[in-house]
Amino acid sequence: MKKEYVKPYIKKQTAGVMNKFGVTYNKGHREEIEGVPVAQITDKFGSPVFVLSEKIIRERYRTIYSYFSSKYPKAKMSWSYKTNYLDAVCSVLHQEGETAEVVSDFEYQKARRLGVPGNKIIYNGPYKPLESIVTALKEGAMVNLDNFDEIIKAEEAAKSLGKKFPVGIRVTMDTGVYPQWSRFGFVIENGNAFNAVKRIQHSDYLRLEGIHCHIGTFMLEPNAYKEAVKKVVQLMRKIEKEFEISVSYLDFGGGFPSRNKLKGTYLPPEVSVQPVENFIDAVADTLMEELEPKEYPEVYLETGRAIVDEAGWLITTVDAVKRLPDGTKSYIIDAGVNLLYTSAWYNYHVEIDREIRGAYENSIIYGPLCMNIDVVVESAFLPPLPKGTRLILSPMGAYNMTQWMQFIRYRPAVAMIMTDRSVEQIRRPETLQDIVGPESVPAKLKKFNFKE
Amino acid sequence: MDRDKLAVLAISESGFIFDPVTGHSYTANSTGLRILELLKDGKDMEGVKSAMADEYEAGEDELSVDINDFIENLKKYFLL
Repeated sequence: MKKEYVKPYIKKQTAGVMNKFGVTYNKGHREEIEGVPVAQITDKFGSPVFVLSEKIIRERYRTIYSYFSSKYPKAKMSWSYKTNYLDAVCSVLHQEGETAEVVSDFEYQKARRLGVPGNKIIYNGPYKPLESIVTALKEGAMVNLDNFDEIIKAEEAAKSLGKKFPVGIRVTMDTGVYPQWSRFGFVIENGNAFNAVKRIQHSDYLRLEGIHCHIGTFMLEPNAYKEAVKKVVQLMRKIEKEFEISVSYLDFGGGFPSRNKLKGTYLPPEVSVQPVENFIDAVADTLMEELEPKEYPEVYLETGRAIVDEAGWLITTVDAVKRLPDGTKSYIIDAGVNLLYTSAWYNYHVEIDREIRGAYENSIIYGPLCMNIDVVVESAFLPPLPKGTRLILSPMGAYNMTQWMQFIRYRPAVAMIMTDRSVEQIRRPETLQDIVGPESVPAKLKKFNFKE
Repeated sequence: MDRDKLAVLAISESGFIFDPVTGHSYTANSTGLRILELLKDGKDMEGVKSAMADEYEAGEDELSVDINDFIENLKKYFLL
């Protein structure tokens, strides 16, 4: 009888290499996602395939909203389309009650097409074409203006519609974090924001309704939000006193982190990333400290990543195994950085779909692109993976399915595991026609002349 | 394949390997040890694969990839 086979290994012993921290790594394996076998998903939709969980999206939203609304009476949340604007994802969150937060005419059109009324859309972003502002104002959207040229543009749009419209301004400030996000909106500290309001209030076609800010992304320090709330409330008081108006909404944008591991961070995300409740505390507690009950404005959060990132996975397949010249083990999988924009700044959590015996070693996971930069995971501690092993990478729900690009290979299917554990395709894989459809070839270029 | 370095290795049944020339030590699992033995006995890649296929429940394709990978590792450690 033949003996059981375990992949062979030999490892050099090294002394004196110590680590102050013990880290955990996944020595187990994962056969299912949200109760659905990995093999069932790949049998139906192929590999690679993005997978989203309706249940987790709803749960994350409800956790955040219920906590926020329990601490502040006029709590509102608006879904950040750029984080994930797949129709099914937006629909789940609109069903939960979130309005749409868009940052382009394309996203605005996408929200409207999905059935979101104009007056349930927040229109942000540093560039808004004139026609899109006309449409947004006409349809009652909340338009937050970014710069003086945009104020003039909005005035022109309002004038063309022949009436006065409420608008918001976007502001930026020093919240004690580095790097400061200074490019969006008017600066509070140097009086720029106040001057913008002055310009709006002197217009025959615009009036100030609200203040918006977005202080950064993947913020690790809740205190930054405390600073933002204090400075925005101070600005609001000054504006209300000077112009005898009432600001009806404040919007503190997004930027709350998910449990993804940022490259360059030493500690695992379970340690380095504070719970989302701490960020909400920073916003809501500071609001309650700074405001009188009679002046409570509506307060919006545009949390994207903290809701959807951990509700997403990518199932991908090992296609080849290679030992690099320096001895490092490497794998080639069927999903590359063109699908995984966030691989530039995250070290994904890597799980395997079966039990594999053998020595673990640090390995590099490469994508299938003919590009040297196609490194999906720089270092994963893995057993010897045979060709065909499925890898489950996470968290994946935020930004990948919007920032992905068609490059060298087609973009794959996206599936959603519904609350009843059925699995629906919410975006089919791309076909050649999807890509060549917009192209045309001038007639004189249609005949080829291959040399014999 | 230069096997002089393999010939001097002290290999214990438990998987501990000592190189008296460099002073370096290594650990290997049972299949790793078996491949080392076969290489020391003068078997080439095909010979190692054929012997392993006779002894273990493994397909030829998988053995080819794994033996090749193991040999690459030996080269990395300058043992081959």
